[in-house]
Amino acid sequence: MSETLEMVQAAVETGEGTVRFGPEAPLRLDSGAKLENFQIAYNTYGTLNADRSNAVLICHALTGDQHVASAHPVTGKPGWWVSLVGPGKPIDTDRYFVICANVIGGCMGSTGPADTDPATGKPYGLNFPLITIRDMVRAQKLLVDALGIEKLFAVIGGSMGGMQVLQWAASYPESVRAAIPIACAARHSAQNIALHEVGRQAIMADPEWKNGEYANHGTFPAKGLAVARMAAHITYLSEAALQRKFGRNLQNRASLSFQFAPDFQIESYLHYQGAAFVDRFDANSYLYITRAMDYFDLAAEQDGGLAEAFRGSPTRFCIIAFTSDWLFPPAENRRVAHALNAVAGNVSFVVIDSDKGHDAFLLDEPEMFAAVDGFIAAVAREAELP
Amino acid sequence: MSELRPELAAIAGMIRPGTRVLDVGCGDGALLHHLVQAKGVDGRGIEISQQNVNACVARGLSVVQGDADTDLSEYPAGVFDAVILSQTIQATEKPLKVLTDMLRIGRRVAVSLPNFGHWRVRTSLLLHGRMPRTRTLDYNWYDTPNIHLCTLADFIGLTRKAGAVFTEAHTLDTDGRTTRIRPGAVTSGFFGPNLTAPGAIFLLKKS
Repeated sequence: MSETLEMVQAAVETGEGTVRFGPEAPLRLDSGAKLENFQIAYNTYGTLNADRSNAVLICHALTGDQHVASAHPVTGKPGWWVSLVGPGKPIDTDRYFVICANVIGGCMGSTGPADTDPATGKPYGLNFPLITIRDMVRAQKLLVDALGIEKLFAVIGGSMGGMQVLQWAASYPESVRAAIPIACAARHSAQNIALHEVGRQAIMADPEWKNGEYANHGTFPAKGLAVARMAAHITYLSEAALQRKFGRNLQNRASLSFQFAPDFQIESYLHYQGAAFVDRFDANSYLYITRAMDYFDLAAEQDGGLAEAFRGSPTRFCIIAFTSDWLFPPAENRRVAHALNAVAGNVSFVVIDSDKGHDAFLLDEPEMFAAVDGFIAAVAREAELP
Repeated sequence: MSELRPELAAIAGMIRPGTRVLDVGCGDGALLHHLVQAKGVDGRGIEISQQNVNACVARGLSVVQGDADTDLSEYPAGVFDAVILSQTIQATEKPLKVLTDMLRIGRRVAVSLPNFGHWRVRTSLLLHGRMPRTRTLDYNWYDTPNIHLCTLADFIGLTRKAGAVFTEAHTLDTDGRTTRIRPGAVTSGFFGPNLTAPGAIFLLKKS
């Protein structure tokens, strides 16, 4: 463990780190399987204070990663949540020590299906065990423990990140002072499972997928993964936003082509989204992580329903939803608020008027910033954070 | 922060420091903010207007976007020392259900309301033959949020139906200034508060 701690110390300085867990510390998964010799890659921003009370854990979404507020190493694009996280931002890296870890099963440095299975010396592929949101959170808890942080000041995330926030609060209530689940739900709906299944089938139908062993064959199911991304991307937007942005505008042409090449701007846009995605994401990771979301149902691990997950919780919650989000609609977020009300939990619930759909949580939404800012400031006052 | 208006100050006077309080229809959170800052209460709010909720949360208050008519039934019994309903009961769909829910989840319930039995309202209807419009109830009949207006005497009838007694009463004048009165005095005589007071505040508990 001392080696781990040294690496962790180094990471605090450099802002990027990987913590490895050897065979003596396997991750016990919900499936019953054990993940041995795994690692968690993470980024940090800001400085951990002397009493380690200013740590904010950010949980990323399905296709996100740990590069929350710094350039992406593959695409070179700015971090995915620079609107919210950074110096002087609502999650102020001058004040807070921000941690974001790649989820287990991911493809940006944490152990996932593309990594080598120590048992075979080949990439895991489909031999990688099925993982759940709770498994992701278990792994993050190990990281937070390794960093010597007993209590996180806040855990925040949107979409699948919000699911992890809820799981954190349910699994480790004493370790979470404030929880900010955004645009998420306590369970994946039938519609969302259906949409994920379409994406997975697109990947598996690609002949280059080769039953998940594409790495051994020197192939990659880029077409299948791109189609999965295209289908999913539609669900992140809204009908109104698509109409406003693209309408029926044609792409680089004056009239319809009477062919199947992209005529419409929206088609070109989706093609671009699909093509850009396959450069940075692993197809098997996409299968595993979508499955983890499908399996998420916080009430299922409680006998008495969702409210029991939060009974006696000392955590302060701020739930944020967006009016035009049809993937995780306000009603699903409200369910969580009601569950917290039912156990007299300390909860704020904000619905933000936006026509930008699910992706609104990643965009410039001043009302969301104001809610996060005000909520965090109040919790900081309560905690007497300097 | 601007000074609390007298009506809210009177309600604040009913709240015990350090207790857990729910403000139903908390508006922009002025009272809740005051209670948290000045009395150290564990304050929570429900508010129907999204804009108001966002403003409350942005100032650090624990407020949920919700509807008193439907969402109070989510709360467990007896978890709040006090539940506040300020100038809201006349805008609810089911005032009796709201009042009953509040008496269930709070040990004490503070309610303020406009008085439709006030002489200005009575004479306005009598003289003009149109739905009354007064300084405290300044809406046209067709776009008012106040769908269940009542007189103070009516409200007292409702509290009896809900199985409550009131332990404290204040009258509200046109400028919102408050005067504490004997609880028994509210309905006493023709020229009592039911005729003379534009509004009132009551502190209730289960009988």
